Amino acid sequence: MDALLQQFFNFDIMMQASPIILRGFGMTLLLCLVVIPMGLLGGLAVALASLSPIRAVRWITIVFVDLFRAIPPLALLIFISAGLPFADIRISPFTAVCISFLLNNSAYYGEIYRSGIESIGSGQTDASRSTGLSATQTMAYVILPQAVRNVLPDLISNTVEVVKLTSLASVVAFAELLYAADMARSVTYNASPITFAAILYLIVLWPVVRLLSRLENKMQN
Amino acid sequence: MSYGDLEVLRGIDIDVVPSELVFIIGPSGSGKSTLLRCCNRLEEPDSGEIIVDGSSITAKGADLNAIRQRIGMVFQSFNLYPHLSAGGNVMLALRKVLGKPKAEARQIAEAALERVGLADKIDNYPNQLSGGQQQRAAIARALALEPKIMLFDEPTSALDPELVGDVLNVMAELKQAGMTMVVVSHEMRFAKAAADRVIFMDGGVIVEQGAPANLFANPQHQRTRDFVRQVEH
Amino acid sequence: MTQYERFLDTFFNPEVMANYFPKIVEGLLVTCQIAFLVVISGIVFGLALALLRSYRWTPVNLAIIFFVDMFRALPPLVLILILYFGLPNVGFTLSGYVVLWLVLTCVLAAFSEEIFWAGILSVDKGQWMASRSTGMSYTQTLLNVVMPQAIRLTIPPLTNRTIAITKNTALGMVIGVDELLNEATTAQAFSGNATPLMMGAIAYLILFVPVVYLGRYIEHRFAWRKV
Repeated sequence: MDALLQQFFNFDIMMQASPIILRGFGMTLLLCLVVIPMGLLGGLAVALASLSPIRAVRWITIVFVDLFRAIPPLALLIFISAGLPFADIRISPFTAVCISFLLNNSAYYGEIYRSGIESIGSGQTDASRSTGLSATQTMAYVILPQAVRNVLPDLISNTVEVVKLTSLASVVAFAELLYAADMARSVTYNASPITFAAILYLIVLWPVVRLLSRLENKMQN
Repeated sequence: MSYGDLEVLRGIDIDVVPSELVFIIGPSGSGKSTLLRCCNRLEEPDSGEIIVDGSSITAKGADLNAIRQRIGMVFQSFNLYPHLSAGGNVMLALRKVLGKPKAEARQIAEAALERVGLADKIDNYPNQLSGGQQQRAAIARALALEPKIMLFDEPTSALDPELVGDVLNVMAELKQAGMTMVVVSHEMRFAKAAADRVIFMDGGVIVEQGAPANLFANPQHQRTRDFVRQVEH
Repeated sequence: MTQYERFLDTFFNPEVMANYFPKIVEGLLVTCQIAFLVVISGIVFGLALALLRSYRWTPVNLAIIFFVDMFRALPPLVLILILYFGLPNVGFTLSGYVVLWLVLTCVLAAFSEEIFWAGILSVDKGQWMASRSTGMSYTQTLLNVVMPQAIRLTIPPLTNRTIAITKNTALGMVIGVDELLNEATTAQAFSGNATPLMMGAIAYLILFVPVVYLGRYIEHRFAWRKV
């Protein structure tokens, strides 16, 4: 028992590592601030394109979405960060993370928006158009607000996934929370720094997960 | 057969004799459905005793599942199992509770569905049946277990008017065959024609009871008079 | 060499392809194997938890909810690193393969428990009453009446979640599991050529595009069930 505590919950080691881990935590939050809005906007673009009146646009969107839903996010990240230099394109780990997250998250958020938009009856469009609103205005002021409300739990749930996914950036040596914790782990030969990182992830995500499961159960009843 | 004190509904004391059809009426929220559900302990009474066919179902350690199988219940919303055919609905408890082999269970199901006029619907799923057919299948589901008593909780309230007759006919036939029944319903004409006794409940208590002819023609209490006048017009 | 030839040589080099084809296939098979094991054990475990939860024994339920919350909130890579690097130091060594399987199983179990539980809650109370009124026990009702109805509702979200979690087999690369991504990056390092990465990407598409389509189809088929 004591060995377990020493290995996983060693308070001294956690304190020693805390400066670099907290710096990593800051980077994770920063990364979230960049990739979440990017994914939300990219997803919206994907959703609108998937409902485009032009068939070719719809088809290209479907291929895009399925492609990036089929490739594991870590594989995508590594293909981009390790593959692009071969094409003489030099990018920083941060840029590689941003590109792969944009592609992956746009596909996922896009599917969520689309199901939200499709859940709104055509009567809403009819009513809105009959009052003289344009197609774009109808989408922006009538359809989207309702659609987003309908799929809000899914959007939040996917955002939790995105925050968790930022831990993948550690694999391409972007100095976020897990990278910092794993550095500390390899220096101290002790897993406590990663436990510390886990606690920080929990502080951010546990309340959201609680909220989500309440939302989901409420929708059932 | 007696229902002792049901304190949860405040001092209710009813005896139902074999082959009797007791009809319970009253405004919504008067506790009719709760009373019915207490009779097979789908609702837990706080105190009091309920005796069915000589054995107390409120006693500690009473074998509820064995008791329930002898008390048939029919619900307002049918509650047929949507994933099973009409036959499957009837057979489930026969197989799982009574442990009957499949062939025998099917025979019993056929007979029960025949009794409610649905012999040809045995393989139809609930969503392929009309509301009236669904409710008759639900009656067959209860009947197949050969209950000593049947409880009907507003069996026709969810039905379109033209489908009510079929269900009431089945209930009338059951009465003629000597089934003991407790019915919560608003079908006053059926009460007049078939009930042995009508009980008027309001606010969780029995306000008055009597033969249907007396109670409808000559109610003793103001609340009963108001209610009877309302539903008759 | 023209620009185009150089591009082909870097990303679609026939020689490199021929050299590393067996390795990539081996990696693909390992990925399939872990994915299969995770799907089976994760869903069975999740279903068991949801059934257990429906009995509403408070201490058990609190434990289940805690388990589910942990595995929903923590990044799987964090859990993988903790177990893989922490356990050997307390005298308990698990191979990367087992750690990957264990963590992904628990993650899938957590998510599928939530999905099954939502399915159980969605079944109308009247179904419980009708079944209990015919003398069926709680467990008989749960298994024969409630679950068959709940399962229908859970299939679309469960499929999508399972696909998403199965793709996490790629995380095995970080702890040296010989799965597809690991084989592809190793081959890329050895050959100094990007072709193995392309092969890896194509292998992932061959594996997961049909699955994604299956998910789409299932979602469509069960769409009428959505509220």
